[in-house]
Amino acid sequence: MVENRPWLTFMSQAVLILGVLAVAFPLYVTFIASTLTLEQIMQVPMQLTPGNQLIENYSQVLASGSTKGSRAAASSMLFNSLVMALVIPLGKMAISVISAFAIVYFRFPLRMFFFWMIFVTLMLPVEVRIIPTFKVIADLGMLNTYAGLTIPLIASATATFLFRQFFMTIPDELAEAARVDGASPMQFFVDVLLPLSKTTMAALFVIQFIYGWNQYLWPLLITTDESMYTTVIGIKRMIVGSDAANEWNLIMATAILAMLPPALVVILMQKWFVKGLVETEK
Amino acid sequence: MEKRVVFRSAWLPYALVAPQIVITILFFFWPAVQAVWYSFQLQDAFGLKTQFVGLQNYANLFKDGNYVDSFKVTALFSVLVAFFGIAISLLLATMADRVLRGAMAYKTLLIWPYAVAPAIAGVLWAFLFAPSIGIVTYVLKGWGIDWNWIIKGDQAMLLVVIAAVWNQISYNFLFFLAGLQSVPRSLIEAAAIDGASPLRRFWTIVFPLLSPTTFFLLVVNIVFAFFATFGIIDATTQGGPGQATNILVYKVYHDGVKAADLGGSSAQSVILMFIVIALTVVQFRFVERKVQY
Amino acid sequence: MAAVSLRDVRKSYTPELQVIHGVSMEIKNGEFIVILGPSGCGKSTLLRMVAGLETITGGEIAIGERVVNNLEPKDRDIAMVFQNYALYPHMSVYENMSYGLRIQKMSKAEIDRRVQNAAAILELKNFLARRPRELSGGQRQRVAMGRAIVREPQVFLFDEPLSNLDAKLRVQMRAELQSLHRRLGTTSLFVTHDQVEAMTLAQRMIVMNAGRAEQIGAPLEVYARPATTFVASFIGSPPMNLIPRDGKLLGIRPEHLEPCAAAQAMLTIDVDLIEPLGADILVYGHEVKPGGDASSARVAARLPADAKAQAGKLAVRYAPRNAHWFDPASGKRID
Repeated sequence: MVENRPWLTFMSQAVLILGVLAVAFPLYVTFIASTLTLEQIMQVPMQLTPGNQLIENYSQVLASGSTKGSRAAASSMLFNSLVMALVIPLGKMAISVISAFAIVYFRFPLRMFFFWMIFVTLMLPVEVRIIPTFKVIADLGMLNTYAGLTIPLIASATATFLFRQFFMTIPDELAEAARVDGASPMQFFVDVLLPLSKTTMAALFVIQFIYGWNQYLWPLLITTDESMYTTVIGIKRMIVGSDAANEWNLIMATAILAMLPPALVVILMQKWFVKGLVETEK
Repeated sequence: MEKRVVFRSAWLPYALVAPQIVITILFFFWPAVQAVWYSFQLQDAFGLKTQFVGLQNYANLFKDGNYVDSFKVTALFSVLVAFFGIAISLLLATMADRVLRGAMAYKTLLIWPYAVAPAIAGVLWAFLFAPSIGIVTYVLKGWGIDWNWIIKGDQAMLLVVIAAVWNQISYNFLFFLAGLQSVPRSLIEAAAIDGASPLRRFWTIVFPLLSPTTFFLLVVNIVFAFFATFGIIDATTQGGPGQATNILVYKVYHDGVKAADLGGSSAQSVILMFIVIALTVVQFRFVERKVQY
Repeated sequence: MAAVSLRDVRKSYTPELQVIHGVSMEIKNGEFIVILGPSGCGKSTLLRMVAGLETITGGEIAIGERVVNNLEPKDRDIAMVFQNYALYPHMSVYENMSYGLRIQKMSKAEIDRRVQNAAAILELKNFLARRPRELSGGQRQRVAMGRAIVREPQVFLFDEPLSNLDAKLRVQMRAELQSLHRRLGTTSLFVTHDQVEAMTLAQRMIVMNAGRAEQIGAPLEVYARPATTFVASFIGSPPMNLIPRDGKLLGIRPEHLEPCAAAQAMLTIDVDLIEPLGADILVYGHEVKPGGDASSARVAARLPADAKAQAGKLAVRYAPRNAHWFDPASGKRID
C-alpha cells in the first residue's frame, strides 16, 4: 500500500469478504444439506443451520449409496477416484520425465518429430475425439477397467514440457561434471536429475491429483458398471429427475466427500499447488 | 534453446520416449485419424453398413439450424464466462494485493473452488437454483422473480455461466495476484508521488502491465468454457431447455453417444479440432511474445 | 601425471564455421599452462576438447602416450573445475567429492582416505556434511577443486574457475592454486581471460585470438616480445601503444615512455586524461604529428608519481631497445 486511505482499505476488505462469502456460500449450503433429512431439505426455504443427520447420511452413502439412480456405495467410488487421482499423476510423471530427458539430453534421428508428436497432443483433448477413443478402448477390452480409466490420460504434453523447461534451467556444466565423473546417462538421470526435479514433481503431482480426481467425461464414457464409477460420476448418476425426486441429502453428502480430498490437497499443499499451476502454464 | 551437452546412445533415447509415444499414438493420433475418417462416412442405424459420403456430413451440419445455433450458444457462453471470470477475479486480486492484513487468508479461502470438479460445481449451483426447493430461487421469488431454469433458456444459460465462473475464479485469481505482486512497487510509488489517484494508477500503470496475464487468462478461460465445462452442462441442463445451453462439446457427445450419429458427431469433432488448433496457435504466439519481455 | 600434446587441433561445427584453426603445443609433464584470450576466442572450446566434452574435428590430442580423440571424458584420466563450479546441489560436500569415485566402484575406505586427504589440503574438513548452497563462494570453489583432486588425475583442467569470485578472494585463491600445484605437481591447463591470472599462474601460456594460438611462451617472454599486435595490445594495462611509423607499426609500452624536454622528444602527446594512481600516474592523449593530423594514434604513458602531469603537450622519449616493430598488414612482429 502506497498511502494510507482508510476508506479504500475498508472497501477492499468489504469486497474481499463479499467475494469469500460468494465463493463459500454454495459449499456451506451443501454441507448443511448433507446434515439434514430429505424432508427438511424439501421445506422451502431450507434451514441454514446444521441438522442432526450428519452421521446417518454419511454412513449411508459410504456403506450403501443412495436408493435412487446409482446405488454404488461412496466408499467404492472414492476408492475408484483415488486410483485415478494417484495413477494418473504418477504415470504421467514417469513417462513425461523420461521422454523429456531423452529430448533434452540426447540428439537422435526423429527427435524433433517425437517432440512435435507430443506437442500436438495439446490440440487433441478427449472432447474432440470422444467416439473413436471410446472405440479403441472397447477394442482393447479396457472398458470398465482401471487401465482404461487411467492409461489413456497419462500421456501429456504439459508435463513433458514442464520437465523439459526445468531441465533447460539446469546448468550444462552439471551434466558435463557428471560425464567427467564417469556417470552414464542413466546414472546422471537417477543420481542428479531426479533428485533435482523433486519440487517440480511435487507441484505437478498436486495439479494432476486434482485433474485425475475430477475427471468426468472420460469415466462417463468408459464406465458402465456401477462398481467402476468414480465419485464425480456417481453424484451425477444419483440425480434422477427434477428437484423433488432426488435424495438431495445423500447427493450433498457424497458431494462433500468428493470435494474433500482435492480440497485438502490444495489447502495443505498450497505452495506446491500454486507453483504447479503457474508453471504448467508457461 | 538447446543443451550443449549431449549423451550418445543408439537405443536409449528411443526406449525413453517409447512409453509416451505409444500411448500418444494409440489414444490420441489413431482416434483423431479415425474421427476424420468417420466424418466422411455415413452409417446406418444398426452400424452394419457404412458408406463413403465425402463432405456430406459437414454439409449436413451447416444446414442444421441446431448446429449453427450451438456455435452461437458456445460463443455467448465463452464470452460470458471469460468476461465475468476475469473481471471478478481481477477485482478480488487487486483488493487482495492492497490489503496487508489477511491477504494470505483470503488467498486460501478463494482457491477452494479450483478443487471442485466442474460437474460437482454444476450440481451445487443447480441445487441452490432448483426451481421448487432452491434457496436462491426462494430469495428471488421474494423479489418477484419467477425462476425456473428447467424451462427458461436464458436462466439456464445464466446458471451454467455462474457455475463455470465460480469454478474458474480461483485459477484467474491466483494468476492475477501473482501478476500484481510482480508489478514493481517503485512504479506505483512514483505514480503516487506524481499525484495519481489509486484508480488512475490502476488503469494507467497496473492494468497495462497486467495485460500479458489478462490475455493469457482470456485464452485459458475460453478453452475452459469450450471444453472443461462439459461436466457442468451434463450435470445440470444437459444442453437444454431446447438448445439453450447446447455448447459444441456437449453436442458432439450427445450426437455421438446418445443419438449414435457416428458420421455427424465425427464431423463435429473434426471442426472442434480445428478450433483447438487455432486456440493453441494463438496461445503459443503469445508465449513467444512473452519470452521477449 | 602426464604430458599433453596438441597436434594441429581443429574444431569446426560446419565446414564454414571453424572455431579452432589448428593449435599445436607440447605440454610437459607437470607443467602449468594458461590459455589466455578474449571471450569467444575458442580457449574454452580447446580446453573442452582436451576434456572430451567437445569432439575433435581435426588433429590429435594425446595425454601421456595415448591419443584420446575418441575416448569418453571419464576414460581420459582428467579432472575438470568449471567456472560455475557445477557442484551437485542436492549432495553434501562429501558426496560431491566422492561421486566420481563411487561410480568407479572404489572401496569405501579408499574413497574416504582420498576425500579426507583432499579436505585437509583444502581446509574443508568442517564442511563435509554441508550442501553447496550453505557454503560461501570461495568454499564452493574449493569443493570443486576437491572433486578434481580426489580423482588423482593425470591432468587438471580449469575453465575460468576464479571468475565468479570477488577481487580479494580471487587473489587469495590464485595463491592457493599455486601452492596446490607445487604440492601435487599435476599437469594443469587453465583457461582465463584475465591477464593478471595468466601472468601470475602460468609457467607457459597460450594467447589465443579467433581460434588461433597467437603466441606460446613463458609469461614474461610473451610480455617482453609479443609476437603480434594482438598479443601486444591484449597483455599489459594500459596496453602497448601502437603508432604508425614509416609504413610500419611502432609498439611501445606505456611504462617505457619518459617525459623529457621538447627538444629531445621522440613523441609528443596531446594529453586529455590524467589518472593519478598513487604509485604512478597514467596519462592519455593523442600523438601530435608534425602536420597536425587529426586521426593520430591514441597514446598512453605511465609516469612516475612525482611527475608533473597536466593537460596539454607532453614530450616523451623511449629507449630504442624498448621499441617493437610490427607489420601493419599481418600484425606480425618484425625483428
